[in-house]
Amino acid sequence: MALTTSPPADLAPAREAATDAAGLGRVRASAFVVPALVLIAIFLVYPALWTLYLGLTNYRLTGIAAARPQFVGLDNYVRALRDPEFLNSLWLTLLYVIGSAVIGQSILGFVLAATLRTVPRVVRGVVEAFVMLAWILPSSVVAFLWIALLDRDSGTVNALLGTPGMAWLLEYPMLSIIVFNTWRGTAFSMLLFSAALNAVPPSQLETARMVGASGWQQLRDVVFPHIRGHVLTNLLLISLWTFNDFAPYLITAGGPDNRSEILPVFVYESAIFDGQLGFGTAISLLMLLINLVLAVVYLRLLRERRS
Amino acid sequence: MADIELRRLVKEYPGGVRAVDGLDLTIADGEFFALLGPSGCGKTTLLRSIAGLETVTGGHILIGGRDVTGLAPGARDIAMVFQDYALFPHMTVRDNIAYPLRIRKMGRPERHAKAEETAEGLSLGGLLDRRPGQLSGGQQQRAALARAVACHPKVFLFDEPLSNLDARLRLEARTFLKRLQRDLGVTTVFVTHDQAEALAMSDRMAVMDAGRIRQIGTPTEVFQRPASTFVASFIGSTPMNLLDAVADRDTLRVAGTTLPLPAAAGPHVRDGEKLVFAARPEYMTLHREAEPTGIEGVVAIVENMGVGSLVSLEVPGGADGARIVQVTVPEGQEPEIGSRGWAVAAPERVLLYRHDDGELVGSERAGAGEPVLAGAGD
Amino acid sequence: MSPRELVGRVGFYVLIAVITAFMALPVLWLLLAPFDRTPTLTTSLPEWTWQNFAGLLDNPYALASLGNSVLLALGSMVVVTVLGALAAYALSRVRIPGRDGLLYALLLLSSIVTGTAAMVPIFLLMFELNLIDSQLGVVLVLSGGLLPAAIFILKDFMDATPRSYEESARVFGAGPLQILRDIVLPVVRPGIATIAVWTVVNVWGNFLTPFILLRSPDKSPAAVVLYTFYTEGGQADLGLISAFSLLYSIPVVAMYVFVNRRYGFRFHGGIKR
Repeated sequence: MALTTSPPADLAPAREAATDAAGLGRVRASAFVVPALVLIAIFLVYPALWTLYLGLTNYRLTGIAAARPQFVGLDNYVRALRDPEFLNSLWLTLLYVIGSAVIGQSILGFVLAATLRTVPRVVRGVVEAFVMLAWILPSSVVAFLWIALLDRDSGTVNALLGTPGMAWLLEYPMLSIIVFNTWRGTAFSMLLFSAALNAVPPSQLETARMVGASGWQQLRDVVFPHIRGHVLTNLLLISLWTFNDFAPYLITAGGPDNRSEILPVFVYESAIFDGQLGFGTAISLLMLLINLVLAVVYLRLLRERRS
Repeated sequence: MADIELRRLVKEYPGGVRAVDGLDLTIADGEFFALLGPSGCGKTTLLRSIAGLETVTGGHILIGGRDVTGLAPGARDIAMVFQDYALFPHMTVRDNIAYPLRIRKMGRPERHAKAEETAEGLSLGGLLDRRPGQLSGGQQQRAALARAVACHPKVFLFDEPLSNLDARLRLEARTFLKRLQRDLGVTTVFVTHDQAEALAMSDRMAVMDAGRIRQIGTPTEVFQRPASTFVASFIGSTPMNLLDAVADRDTLRVAGTTLPLPAAAGPHVRDGEKLVFAARPEYMTLHREAEPTGIEGVVAIVENMGVGSLVSLEVPGGADGARIVQVTVPEGQEPEIGSRGWAVAAPERVLLYRHDDGELVGSERAGAGEPVLAGAGD
Repeated sequence: MSPRELVGRVGFYVLIAVITAFMALPVLWLLLAPFDRTPTLTTSLPEWTWQNFAGLLDNPYALASLGNSVLLALGSMVVVTVLGALAAYALSRVRIPGRDGLLYALLLLSSIVTGTAAMVPIFLLMFELNLIDSQLGVVLVLSGGLLPAAIFILKDFMDATPRSYEESARVFGAGPLQILRDIVLPVVRPGIATIAVWTVVNVWGNFLTPFILLRSPDKSPAAVVLYTFYTEGGQADLGLISAFSLLYSIPVVAMYVFVNRRYGFRFHGGIKR
């Protein structure tokens, strides 16, 4: 029989061959991935892990502790949790995130996304251009724009409101930076919500209208169930970003009297400016943990939606 | 020009799934060969293994007598047309067709001349400067064919070449493809899940299931004498009637009727053996009057097929209630719904399968070339 | 239109007008003050002049800082697009166990270890590596932070490219690097352009990282130098600040418009940061 002349199947040459589309092979593929991973490992993973150790020492840049940092256990954390300045900063950060991101950006963003659907194209283009501009301009530029806007003597706000001599940045520093960040970050919410609103099937809205639902009922029963996922995504992302926002430092530098000293500013002041690196790292770790919680929830949502 | 020989070919994926399971096959030089089967049967994996895009885990692939099992795809002297055509979107039609020649380091003027000549032959002359995105589906297909033709391979491999075309264009492309292959005379293997396509185009075809070949033959052989109930149910635009039957001495009891057991089947069937009676709707006739060899039933549905109609008879009895027997009737002879009818199979067209393994009765001796059932081999 | 509808419509447009005024007001100063002969903090129509831009030439740091910004932005762009595209391609095409987990872990990491939250360990790391006051150090830190998201987005682009392109070229005998050059790179170019612009915009606007890691004013990018212009003692030079702000802002706006026109705005969650 012909079959006996062909060698048994198991003697066929076993080769390590490329199984990917371009015939790259494992070795080349690894060579492609490794440089990126090395860079990420050094400048992203290592700092995060090092934070765990540093937060337990009295590390300083200068003096005795710089040469031989000592292990101080949880001292930095205990100190932080007892430090009224830290607690004040934590509270201000909460105000900042809730005020500017959760309330300010998402509500303004939703209002913009919803109203701009029905206005003439030109109006829409102009409004969107300004919203986008606030988002993409560099932070040191927009910070000065707000310093100028809120200036005590010749700020445009005082001229418009008829409140000459009102020092907004000194009297209401938190309100100022909350309004500032609302202004700066609304674009993201607007874009996300308008994408979400576009995904609401018109047939469902028409059905609701045919059975006589009011505007509010349509919003509650048809629109909201569709965009619920987007609302959550949006809240998590803008909270995460606002929590890590350093721009207010450029406007108020945490002052006056630490009245706008949100956590990023607090870390900068205590670690880089005062040189208490161990203590600063302990605060950093707390920030990383808060970031971790927000990011884990976000990624779980993202993954659910992708699968 | 070359033949293709597959010896004991195995493709096993990590995890133990065998997409190709110990397969032997020889495709003759210049043959237009179809690999047909349901999705997941391993036909595409087999084609990709011949191309070298899948690494086989056992066995050998020979093209023109040369063992190419270990060679890279580019060294096998083949050309492949993909289901989505894989025309490079950033290149013009000219550059697309010339790309294989560029890989072979042919100079720019020569390869462009070659591309233009090939394109002309496939009536793509006016489209050379377009991008693939600006072509219709049919033009894209021809551009992909031109790219394959331009490099003069020993073998063409087509993966579902017609599935991205709409129904009307598909018929046209079928004819075009068949003529092109005949003109070039290049050994061609194509994969399809559409039995009509395989029947219409191929010189020979292999019906695959679960990584194995269930039948190899010319379209006529496969259509008229499916080797198993699997092939029988897969081939044909109207499904074959498959009815449980029992051999009773020299008769066959099926659906309440007793038919004479085909003489040729006699020696292969034990008395009382459970069988499957098979007859294509096209090979049966519908009678209004009682017929001794007819299967009696009530007309349930009449479907207009253009030329003629497909009549479904509800046949009472059987363990699981009523069964359906389908018969095609000529134009103008459609029966009334609810009327009685007798479906008579042309005796020489009746096939018998074993109930336990679904194999054609007598097929174990088919290799000897002896026609088992009267007239079945013509 | 009934009176009630009319009132509703008017109220609607008043709302839009108020929001627009809120969004536009701060920016107007940026558009007007640079051209004003005697710029003040108040937004007003300018007495037209180019002298503020001419004044930039006299400042020792202004134009040099823009050069530094270009250096940092292009440096990071090269690192992020080259390393990101290579990694994304390999991850998209080669089966590596735990690939998806790795990608999500990287993405998670990059959203957690932000320049702000990790400023202390990053500062210390650069101190130990002797990369304080080094522009290379800034490029590496920023690239490390941007790479995970870049890989993630680029992999999406690569995944959307049919494998049959590469397989087809392979059957014709093209080698892996030839396939990358002839087929893959041209096909995913929009994705790479998006990532390149995204990186440039990010680095261009970044303040904190160069602020912490660079000491010499002559190495500082525009973001930092602009900040020193309005925080250093004495009367702020509004002509200089406004003209410099505008000049510094134009590239990002231009790039945004370019990407938006050319490729449409692709909504990748969090592409801004």
